[in-house]
Amino acid sequence: MIAVHGPVLVVILPLFGALVAALVRRPLLAWAVSLIAAIGSFVVAVALLVQVRAEGVVSYRIGGWAPEIGIEYRVDAVNGLILVLVTAIAVLTLVYARRSVLSEIIPERIAWFYAMLMLCLTGLLGMAVTGDAFNVFVFLEISSLSTYVLIALGRDRRALVAAYQYLIVGTIGATFYVIGVGLLYLATGTLNLGLIVERLPEIASPRALIAAEAFIVVGIALKLALFPLHAWLPNAYAYAPSSATVFLASTATKVAVYLLARYIFGVFGVHLGIGSVAIASVLIVLSLAAMFIASAAAVFQNDIKRLLAFSSVAQVGYITLGLALANQSGITGAFLHIVNHALMKGAAFMAVGAIIYRSGTCKLDELSGIGRTMPVTAAALTIAGLGLIGVPGTSGFISKYYLVLGAFEAGFWWVALLIVASSVIAVLYVGRMMEVIWFREPNQRCRGLGEAPAEMLAPMVVLAGMTIWFGLDAELPASLAGAAAHVLLGARP
Amino acid sequence: MRRDLVLRVASKFILPPIMLFALYVQFHGDYGPGGGFQAGVIAAAAIILYGLVNGLARAQKMVPQALLEVLMPSGVLIYAAVGVAGLMTGENYLGYDHLAHDAVHGQEWGVFLVEAGVFLTVFSSMIAIFYAFAGRRRS
Repeated sequence: MIAVHGPVLVVILPLFGALVAALVRRPLLAWAVSLIAAIGSFVVAVALLVQVRAEGVVSYRIGGWAPEIGIEYRVDAVNGLILVLVTAIAVLTLVYARRSVLSEIIPERIAWFYAMLMLCLTGLLGMAVTGDAFNVFVFLEISSLSTYVLIALGRDRRALVAAYQYLIVGTIGATFYVIGVGLLYLATGTLNLGLIVERLPEIASPRALIAAEAFIVVGIALKLALFPLHAWLPNAYAYAPSSATVFLASTATKVAVYLLARYIFGVFGVHLGIGSVAIASVLIVLSLAAMFIASAAAVFQNDIKRLLAFSSVAQVGYITLGLALANQSGITGAFLHIVNHALMKGAAFMAVGAIIYRSGTCKLDELSGIGRTMPVTAAALTIAGLGLIGVPGTSGFISKYYLVLGAFEAGFWWVALLIVASSVIAVLYVGRMMEVIWFREPNQRCRGLGEAPAEMLAPMVVLAGMTIWFGLDAELPASLAGAAAHVLLGARP
Repeated sequence: MRRDLVLRVASKFILPPIMLFALYVQFHGDYGPGGGFQAGVIAAAAIILYGLVNGLARAQKMVPQALLEVLMPSGVLIYAAVGVAGLMTGENYLGYDHLAHDAVHGQEWGVFLVEAGVFLTVFSSMIAIFYAFAGRRRS
């Protein structure tokens, strides 16, 4: 069953989880159903990745229709990795979510929360697994609409404004994407990504293609919060419920990055420029701007969730920089950082969620000395922070090492220099957190607090542990990311 | 709320044809324009018209909020389950060929059931949106 129907099972398991969670309406039951569905999806995703590594591409036809007229699901080394990452984060988030959600969301809405979380997972997995340009749009909308609801469920009234802001921006992004897909369809007569690539060389006038590329790249860039289009992200992450933030920060932007990589390498080929400005150089400039400006903005935040959100914008900059370098090491670095950043940001937001669970606040100036009362949580936050800086021994170092290598290979030694320089800013914002939570005397609020419950600590420790593990022994993630980079570069027309 | 006699009588005459037309659009979707989405909107329009004329409370007595909250996921569940039925009969997901004794009837059954699911979800979502807006009190 898994061997034949894997590509569709990985998507419909969370879909059924969402529907059953919405029907049962009991908080605990909805949580259990979601967890089972997510675990099932994770198992299928791992099986798919193993199958892909053994046999190459796995193709699946929905409804038995041929790719020309139907929808094809296509799993290769690139999206196989993304599927495993997203489902693994989903499982850990759900384990973590039960306690956190109970304290942050009113009981009547808890089942809806899980239904939306699972719908979001469905959408993200669908975007990753499908080989059909329009089907991507459908799943993009599924994940976006559920994300708006997830953010709006936050405990603060400002969550509604944040959700609305993201709704406007997200809708513009999705519209741009679908206009681009329309232009591609007009030029090639097919929506299947593989067939589009085959028919591209026959197109006489590249003007429609250039417009399509511009629309699609800008549309996806809004979703992945590429630097000047990132304004929705800090509020959305800051005011969403803690467990929703964990899930979104670790997965949503990552799937959008995957999509960007798929389009610029798999479909357009990175050298097809927009006018005289090659898309790669635009991406490099924007990525560098993200790394510096968003990191600098993070230094001045008082709300830890906002601080980490700005750091996310900066870290996405590293990933897109790796893609823009467009060589084996650069793209390997980008995909390594997709995985590593998901792990460490997941751990960091879980730690913040645990701090909110115990203390009710995530304002930095109210949390002095929290490390002495919640040592495990603070330690996880510290490890994640070190990973964000890229300290040797954490996974962040490995991905940055590959990025620097990629920059040298591409002949941009100054980019390599800037990668190192921007890490110094990360030292500032991580250092500020560390100083407050470890080195200050505990204040009144933090003195009486206990450590977070074990079921919240466990997934956090797993993610922090993997950040260390992948920093010391990077063979597994590096080989997976390397294979993904190989496929992307080989697929370039 | 003032009850207008003309509106109440006129809506009583209009409501049954609207429901009938919704069913026509639902089942004629195989041969002409129409299908579950359009039919769901038309049927929901009937309930919404009833609510506009007779008040939210009466409409909610006829179609309670709790029922809508069951119908919304159920419609999608029917759709997804038809897909799984395809899996079980040895087809790919959403493959309808083996749902009946031959492929043509299988396709017909598949689309019929899927459209029924679409109808339920669209119908209940439309009414739920109406209830949500109509139920808001000015603060």
